[in-house]
Amino acid sequence: MRKAAIPFVVFGAAAAWLAGPGLGTAADPDGQAFDRIAKGRYLTTVADCYACHTVLDAGKPFAGGRPIETPFGIITSSNITPDNETGIGAWSDQQFVDAVRRGVRPNGSRLYPAMPFPAYTKMTHDDVLAIRAYLATVEPVHQAVKANTLPFPFDIREAMRPWDALYFTEGEFQPDSSQSADWNRGAYLVQGPGHCTACHTPKTSLGGDKSGDNLRGFNLQGWFAPDITADTSQGLGQWSEDDIKGYLRTGHNRMTAATGPMAEEIVNSTSQYNDSDLHAIATYLKSLPARQDKAPAQAGQPVMAAGQAIYRDQCSACHGLDGQGVAMLFPSLAQSSLAHASDPTSAIRLVLRGGRSVATKAEPTAPGMPSFGWQLNDEQVAAVLTYIRNAWKTAAAPVSADAVGKARDQLRTRSD
Amino acid sequence: MVMRRRDFLAGTAILVLSTMNSRATVISGGLPWTPNAGSPPVPVRPGPWHFFTSDEGRAVEALADRIIPSDPQTPGGKDSGCAVFIDRQLAGPYGRSDGHYTQPPFMSGTKQQGAQSADGPAATYRKALAALDRYCQASYQGKRFADLSDEQKDELLKSIEDEKTKLEGIDAQSFFELVVKDVQEGFFADPLYGGNRDMVAWKMIGYPGARYNYLDWVERHNERFPLPPVSITGRADWTPKT
Amino acid sequence: MSRKLPKKDVVIVGLGWTGSIMANELTDEGLDVIAIERGPWRDAPTEFPPNYAQDELRYRIRHELFLRPEQLTFTFRNKMNQTALPIRDWGSFMPPNGVGGGGVHWNAETFRFLPTDFVLRTHLTERYGAAFLPEDMTIQDFGVTYDDLEPHYDTFEYLCGTSGTAGNLRGQIQEGGNPFEGPRSRPYPTPAQKQPFSHTLFGKAARELGYKPFPQPSGNLSQAYTNPLGIRMGPCTYCGFCEWFGCGNYSKASPQTTILPLLIRKSNFSFRDNSEVLHINLDGSGKRATGVTFVDTGGVEWEQPADLVILSAYTMFNVQLLLHSKIGTPYDPVANKGVIGRNFTHQTISTVNGFFDNKKFNFNPFIASGAIGMCIDEFNGDNFDHGPLGFVGGGYMGQVQTGGRPIQSTGVPPGTPKWGAQWKSAVRDNYLSQVRPGTGVHGSFYSYRDVYLDLDPTYKDRFGRPLMRMTIDFHDNEIKQNAFLTDKFAEIIRAMGAHTLDKQYRKAPYDATEYQTTHLNGGAIMGTDPATSALNRYLQSWDVSNLFVTGASAFPQNAGYNPTGTVAALAFWAATAIRGQYLKNPGPLVHA
Repeated sequence: MRKAAIPFVVFGAAAAWLAGPGLGTAADPDGQAFDRIAKGRYLTTVADCYACHTVLDAGKPFAGGRPIETPFGIITSSNITPDNETGIGAWSDQQFVDAVRRGVRPNGSRLYPAMPFPAYTKMTHDDVLAIRAYLATVEPVHQAVKANTLPFPFDIREAMRPWDALYFTEGEFQPDSSQSADWNRGAYLVQGPGHCTACHTPKTSLGGDKSGDNLRGFNLQGWFAPDITADTSQGLGQWSEDDIKGYLRTGHNRMTAATGPMAEEIVNSTSQYNDSDLHAIATYLKSLPARQDKAPAQAGQPVMAAGQAIYRDQCSACHGLDGQGVAMLFPSLAQSSLAHASDPTSAIRLVLRGGRSVATKAEPTAPGMPSFGWQLNDEQVAAVLTYIRNAWKTAAAPVSADAVGKARDQLRTRSD
Repeated sequence: MVMRRRDFLAGTAILVLSTMNSRATVISGGLPWTPNAGSPPVPVRPGPWHFFTSDEGRAVEALADRIIPSDPQTPGGKDSGCAVFIDRQLAGPYGRSDGHYTQPPFMSGTKQQGAQSADGPAATYRKALAALDRYCQASYQGKRFADLSDEQKDELLKSIEDEKTKLEGIDAQSFFELVVKDVQEGFFADPLYGGNRDMVAWKMIGYPGARYNYLDWVERHNERFPLPPVSITGRADWTPKT
Repeated sequence: MSRKLPKKDVVIVGLGWTGSIMANELTDEGLDVIAIERGPWRDAPTEFPPNYAQDELRYRIRHELFLRPEQLTFTFRNKMNQTALPIRDWGSFMPPNGVGGGGVHWNAETFRFLPTDFVLRTHLTERYGAAFLPEDMTIQDFGVTYDDLEPHYDTFEYLCGTSGTAGNLRGQIQEGGNPFEGPRSRPYPTPAQKQPFSHTLFGKAARELGYKPFPQPSGNLSQAYTNPLGIRMGPCTYCGFCEWFGCGNYSKASPQTTILPLLIRKSNFSFRDNSEVLHINLDGSGKRATGVTFVDTGGVEWEQPADLVILSAYTMFNVQLLLHSKIGTPYDPVANKGVIGRNFTHQTISTVNGFFDNKKFNFNPFIASGAIGMCIDEFNGDNFDHGPLGFVGGGYMGQVQTGGRPIQSTGVPPGTPKWGAQWKSAVRDNYLSQVRPGTGVHGSFYSYRDVYLDLDPTYKDRFGRPLMRMTIDFHDNEIKQNAFLTDKFAEIIRAMGAHTLDKQYRKAPYDATEYQTTHLNGGAIMGTDPATSALNRYLQSWDVSNLFVTGASAFPQNAGYNPTGTVAALAFWAATAIRGQYLKNPGPLVHA
């Protein structure tokens, strides 16, 4: 049906796929059809298989071998090129779908949720097969990977059975008929292939989603992936749709810039989403309810005074005396959800260590933030962050010198 | 179809070893950034001299106090740390003339051709301070320079400045110019270098220090800038008062 | 024996302003380009962040961002009958080193030359007669006109986001701008910077004396800006740490802030830092470059073959590399033959410091940018009648004070002792109420037969090669020019309300220990006659047609302006010729 209606599916046009939020039409039996592969390539980009399954710059695409940091240790990604021996070339379609949507390998052993199958399970069978069709066309690489590099006892895959029982519900995304098609598409992308929940939803100590706090932020790899609900202070409440789209497409918007792991995600994945999918994601995220936190504790006057002195002397030359920064260059701290996040890890990290924001084709400047860790002690970092979080319209809990000290210790040995 | 992504981690330069196993690296794909890059300054710590002997240190403190005498509002060269500044500088790359062209032959030339001595500042101070003290001991009943009265010191220094008094084995006038320069530099440099203790020199002149943002003051003409000076290492107001 | 690297289409020596411009242009043409930079990679968030860049001792006094003489220096003498001695520590100029070159630590003063500057000999001869010019003055026409370069000045100014007020828009003189400037096709991309107190006062005094002051064109931006490459810059915050220093907040135009973020993303561009080019290699005929040889920090030599060589290493290193590579005939001042090393020039700088009543004037000198200031151009170039005056040339003048950094800005009135209690109170009393323009008078430096570059007979560099020797002194023409301009400048400072002036005329002999800008020019000049120039009007070597040499080494003489705007415009002009003509048909673009 689709083929007749649209003889050439141009990569990124996606018109046919907007007919619904990816719900099952009959799977196209021709895995080699051009439009299927093109759709699969797009979905592979959305699901960002490349990022985890490729070693940074030196590796062959999808050949695995990348060490991935998890709270339980380092795990190594597997080879998903179509090599028969060391990749997935010999897998059947069903085996591929089982791995992606159920977290089970052909030999029955369980995948760790570093592979975000709890999110990918929401993908339609058809979409997963499209990805499979695309992956079948990439260059096969003969590279054996020992994936399970977790330390004992986490290296016991059998432990995933009770984990799955607790935290994993298999099942395709069910659209909400009371919502628009755009909302449903956005929900599908965020919860499914985009697997935003993998980083942005808080986890239990065993690494399962706290589904009641969906997308309210999570601390991982030395960063706090922020709240991306519509909360005004902590989330995207102050963001317009254009802000969200601009951020995902270019890494920058008038208020903030992406850095750290999100930078990679934007370059490899979201910067290539088509416009209607970005619109759908914005629609969905802006609908998520705000938090019901009680008002944050008041910051003390001596701390605010010290923070203001540091801010004027050290921060205002880029971020402005009014905290508004310079659009697309220096984030607006006054509006920054990263700066106001309940877990200030990312803010502390950036102040101590500096960083460079992402460069994309649309926004190549990639301005950097200097490191202040050598210059400001824990009390001073806490004071200036507390000031930034409370000086302008919104308020957030003070940052303690202890939290800064802990972060400083943890960052000492990081290489990124 | 293979995706070729050379700008994989946005913002991270890709350092690729060239095909010949070289030590010359190539940068491409993205602007370099690594954590802990750059070289923030390391503040001088108070303590014993790093370069001076105790006699030399006393002499330089005495020189500093005549070049910048103390007054009721602002400390002099010694108390503001100028001798400490010079000591630490002479113990470091400045003293050794690191980075200078030090190949022979050393020939004296015109003033316009600049210093042509094999001696850098450290060697110069060592020779000159010894010569100065020897001269004073010979001329002032065995007293070293630091032990002369202030009037005697000033008189001697003026005489050296005017080339009326010469010192043995050293160009005394040039040496004195060097000391004046170094003392005054130490007085006005950032306190992290050992001089300008507590930013006393900056307070004296009304210089607000290591600031970076005057956008709200550009058009406030002929008004006193009210904020206190700040050093690269900060100011008291940066710490919450308990 | 050098190790040979894979061939590239283009090798660029030096990744400063013109190296970056050429790289961006030639990669846009689809060529595979590598740049080789002697110094290190540097950038704002890491090497000059706004929390330790503002360190006067480190960057201005110890000049940490600059080349070390130990790595490479020159010898110097005033006259041919003297022995040149090494410049053991920099003084009258300070060569850059590192990615971005001088573009990292310049003041961002972005001037255009006057139309007459490009046809100087023709114009002055027409107006004053050949006999008016000193016999040993070797000024020449550039071989290009202002009109040739206008679109390229425009390109550079829009690349940088230059802040200014146009004075001549397509022939119409505009109020508030420089009425003497050549016609520009469109206004500056951003408005002029706001001026602090003393600079505003200078403008007022100048106006009252009948001059037409204008804001200095500034590459420190007055507002946030996105350039045509899509690269973003922020507004200058007047920190007062501009020249000598890297900019910490992306508000000074430099290769890092205007070109490199885009350039580095191109798959056909790469660069090597910490790699020093030793010579340009030629084939057996001596007429074709085959690439360059460079050495890494381990001392290993490498050969980078390429079809096209762009030499963008800064005036002095350009000339030195040509001499070491035996490209072009070295200049012999006695025989007056040869081209490499001739027409070497600097800048004729002086200033007048003014001391004011500290109860009435508070200038807050620390609030400034590198290209701040109100200037007048009445005494630049041939904008005034030189007939009765007995000299040619001139310069702009202005209160262009770029900061109040205390080590260098604690001047005292003339006659004050240099140390002691009186010195101390004079410093205290005068810091906030004095005007120290710095390069207040920024005059031209014309070229002479006995001011030139060649190789030293005695002193060697760390590779055992002869150092390059500078033979340079002021001639009467420039001294007279400077005395005249300085007196005019002093009148304006006095009219501002100064009670005491400290006039610091430029005097001969040329002193290699006193800083006089790093505007060194010439030595590999452009022109229309291969007997008296090294390059044709497209900056292409007359001798080696696949070699182009960018930079102020191409200037046959210096004008009364900062050179960078013209250096960049010439680079864009050359790039256009390479893209539009040379690549289609490699070979000499001009047949002399």
